Amino acid sequence: MTSVTSTTSATATAAPTTGDLVLSGVSKQFGAYHAVRDLDLTVPEGAFFALLGPSGCGKTTTLRMVAGLEEPTTGTVSLGEQDITRLRPYKRPVNTVFQNYALFPHLDIFENVAFGLRRRGVKDVKKQVGEMLDLVELGAFGKRKPNQLSGGQQQRVALARALINRPQVLLLDEPLGALDLKLRRQMQIELKRIQTEVGITFVHVTHDQEEAMTMADTIAVMNAGVIEQRGTPTELYDLPATTFVANFLGQSNLVRAAIVGKADGQLVVDVHGSKVTVPVPRCRVTEGEIWMGIRPEKVFLAPAGAEQNGGNALRGATVTDVSYVGVSTQYLARMPWGQELTVFEQNTGARDTLTVGDPVDLHWQPAHTFVLDAAQDALAGVEDIADDA
Amino acid sequence: MTTVGRWIGRHLILFIGLLVLLYLFAPIFVVILMSFNAPKSKLSYTFDGFTLHNWAHPCQPFGLCDAVSASLRIGLVATVIATALGTLMAFAMVRHRFRGRAATNLFIFLPMASPEIVLGSSLLALFVSGGLGGRLGFWTILIAHVMFCLSFVVVTVKARLSGMDTRLEQAAMDLYATEWQTFWRITFPLVFPGILAAALLSFSLSFDDFIITNLNAGRTVTFPMFVWGSAQRDIPPQINVVGTAMFLLALILVLGGELTRRRRASRAR
Amino acid sequence: MSALGHLSTPVTPEPVAARKGGRRRTAYLLLLPGGLWLILFFVVPLVSLVAASLYDPNGSIEAGFRMTWSFHNYVDAIADYAVPLGRSLWYSLLTTAFCLLLGFPLAYAIAFKAGRWKNLLLALVIAPFFTSFLIRTLSWKLLLGDNGFVVDALRTVHILGSDGRLLATTAAVVTGLTYNFLPFMVLPLYASLEKIDHRLIEAGSDLYASAFTTFRTVTFPLAMPGVVAGTLLTFIPAAGDYINAQLLGTPKQRMIGNDIQRLFAAGAYPTAAALSVTLMAAITVLVLFYVRRAGTEELV
Repeated sequence: MTSVTSTTSATATAAPTTGDLVLSGVSKQFGAYHAVRDLDLTVPEGAFFALLGPSGCGKTTTLRMVAGLEEPTTGTVSLGEQDITRLRPYKRPVNTVFQNYALFPHLDIFENVAFGLRRRGVKDVKKQVGEMLDLVELGAFGKRKPNQLSGGQQQRVALARALINRPQVLLLDEPLGALDLKLRRQMQIELKRIQTEVGITFVHVTHDQEEAMTMADTIAVMNAGVIEQRGTPTELYDLPATTFVANFLGQSNLVRAAIVGKADGQLVVDVHGSKVTVPVPRCRVTEGEIWMGIRPEKVFLAPAGAEQNGGNALRGATVTDVSYVGVSTQYLARMPWGQELTVFEQNTGARDTLTVGDPVDLHWQPAHTFVLDAAQDALAGVEDIADDA
Repeated sequence: MTTVGRWIGRHLILFIGLLVLLYLFAPIFVVILMSFNAPKSKLSYTFDGFTLHNWAHPCQPFGLCDAVSASLRIGLVATVIATALGTLMAFAMVRHRFRGRAATNLFIFLPMASPEIVLGSSLLALFVSGGLGGRLGFWTILIAHVMFCLSFVVVTVKARLSGMDTRLEQAAMDLYATEWQTFWRITFPLVFPGILAAALLSFSLSFDDFIITNLNAGRTVTFPMFVWGSAQRDIPPQINVVGTAMFLLALILVLGGELTRRRRASRAR
Repeated sequence: MSALGHLSTPVTPEPVAARKGGRRRTAYLLLLPGGLWLILFFVVPLVSLVAASLYDPNGSIEAGFRMTWSFHNYVDAIADYAVPLGRSLWYSLLTTAFCLLLGFPLAYAIAFKAGRWKNLLLALVIAPFFTSFLIRTLSWKLLLGDNGFVVDALRTVHILGSDGRLLATTAAVVTGLTYNFLPFMVLPLYASLEKIDHRLIEAGSDLYASAFTTFRTVTFPLAMPGVVAGTLLTFIPAAGDYINAQLLGTPKQRMIGNDIQRLFAAGAYPTAAALSVTLMAAITVLVLFYVRRAGTEELV
């Protein structure tokens, strides 16, 4: 690994500016179709940044605009001080790991990895490629053709082929999409390790929320050409800004409610007749109709009528479905107004599991509640998970 | 019994396929056989006896070798022109979006969908009304051959080109290759097998064409025209020598290509 | 919202160089030389063929032809040559049917049963092309000849009478035509069969469909583009062919191509041109009708 950091090579043909990758006011239209709308995004230097969203949300188009493979209809892309919006792809200090790798089938592995170095007229190609192949543990495969390697090996060649150029930004377009689950987990850890060691800015496009959350230090969730929310994995999960984020990252119970008052930094919310409270900073809207959101694992199911220990409670529910999944049990609870809410309970063994038909109450901490704009679609982002999984 | 029945059932299609292939090859065997024929009389076209004479003296029939050489020259020049022009067109069709693309596609398909007699007679009508009626020959044949080879080249190269992942070219540009370098280092090597196939197809179409050529040849005699002419009178066995030689050449090309491909594949493993 | 996002995914991003301003102009430049060639030597000739078909039929090469808009040339041509015209279309229809019948098993065997021999078999289908087709047709003359083993065999099993012949019959001409155009059927068939995911056929038989039902409901419909392309590439050239009729048949098997060729050679340009145009028109009408029935617009 150290070999890469110590390898000194002239980085790219462009001026050696380093700094944040900044997209401002970027839009991309294909005919009448808006792939990306007025996007503002800053990727700090050295970050592992994930662009997360369902297919067709514009994340790949955004990546391609950074690579120079698409030209924005409006807006600018800059890297540090330099405006690279209209720079040809081969003049950018940016390299890409393509979806399905796009390895050159007529060149062997060595020549694939050496391709970028040769185009830039770098000396000691042989040494650098050798070191890079060793890094990705393919030292013995230099003479093979891409179609003689397994998917995981091809993936590592694609990574080596891009990394060897020591770009300022490495773009990864669904790099693990074609691998099976076990290999994907392994490569996730590997990629994260390499990124930490080389310190290059990684921009990672994926539709897999788990992948984005394990690897990235910052995630931008994209939908329909716009960024819905940007933040650390914890921030996004804990306090989603839109119904789309609430549903696309993990699962959420969204209940129609109305804000009816305010008391000691908490908003009072009326949920079909019951009153619950939410801390003001966790509310995106502070009056009128709202969606009240709560993650399934934050809810505690108690037998009907149990004591309320200072938290929020919704009473009069009935268990309608129980699925045991080992570490936890997933319940569906039908509320008095007919909606079914999801609840995950850890199987700690401390109490008996409930059965279908049991009357229950739902308890949770006010600090786990979030409030979203009622104008948004409560099902946004739900089907996408099913489609892409 | 049942296992035998099942075996036959499983391989029936392969068996029928091989029979059809045999049908395709039956005349070839005759051609090879007849190339060693020692005909008793000039008019007989039956196998009368074995000789190597025909192979030793292929140019004996008057005009045969001139005809073969005319066909080779026309075939080579027509192939070069048709392959070059057709490849350019294929690139335009696959890699560019432009107004009238669908119409162009149909337009390129039309010559393939026209009977040769119509293509040939219409060219003749043009040459005659253009006052070239008396000057038919090498050039008019060449024009005709390039015309009917073009569509086949476009279709062949197009198939190869549209099967190629454009991301490979994007990857090259992402790896600091300019448009020019990308073309010569990635696109061209990957499309080359298609271009080669198109050139081979062009050559065989040109070398083999009779109907169009016959109408536009004037006094020039190509190999198929020589065969036609002699079929009306006597058929010199040397014709079969040329046919066999062409076939063997093609077979060597094909088998050689296949063998090197396999050897390369097994060595790399 | 998300549903919309999915709908819009088929919008494929333009290739890299699409950004260049002169891209459309590049396309036209690439098309120019070849396109010009086709216009000059395919379209213009067709126009002059139509023009020639309307010339004064009393002209000659020596005296030149005058444009007299003699539509009567068509009436004469059709009246005189309706029989060979009809025969040509009938023969090529038979040829197409036989090619499909023989070509399908071969294409299927190459696509699905040949394994590692696939490339070799494919090459063998094309290999006969390299031996001049005139020579190959002459070989059929020998194979089907009165003393050939085919005739002997057929006489032995009493399909042919003791003085029955093959050469100089309709059967000989259609055999030759089928032989000559078979590769044009096999190659497009193979191309579209090869694209079929073999698992679909397996899925078909998995759902308790008999081999024949699987073929009828899965394989054949999926191979339809190849069938359409193959039948067109067989039917059209066969309809204009005159070599097989000349070498393997008698004047009784004369096809329209023989007449067009003979008339051109004799210098009767207006009549020959009118016949050519009539043939082209007949083929076009049949093909359009067929393509519409087959429901495939995508030909190439």
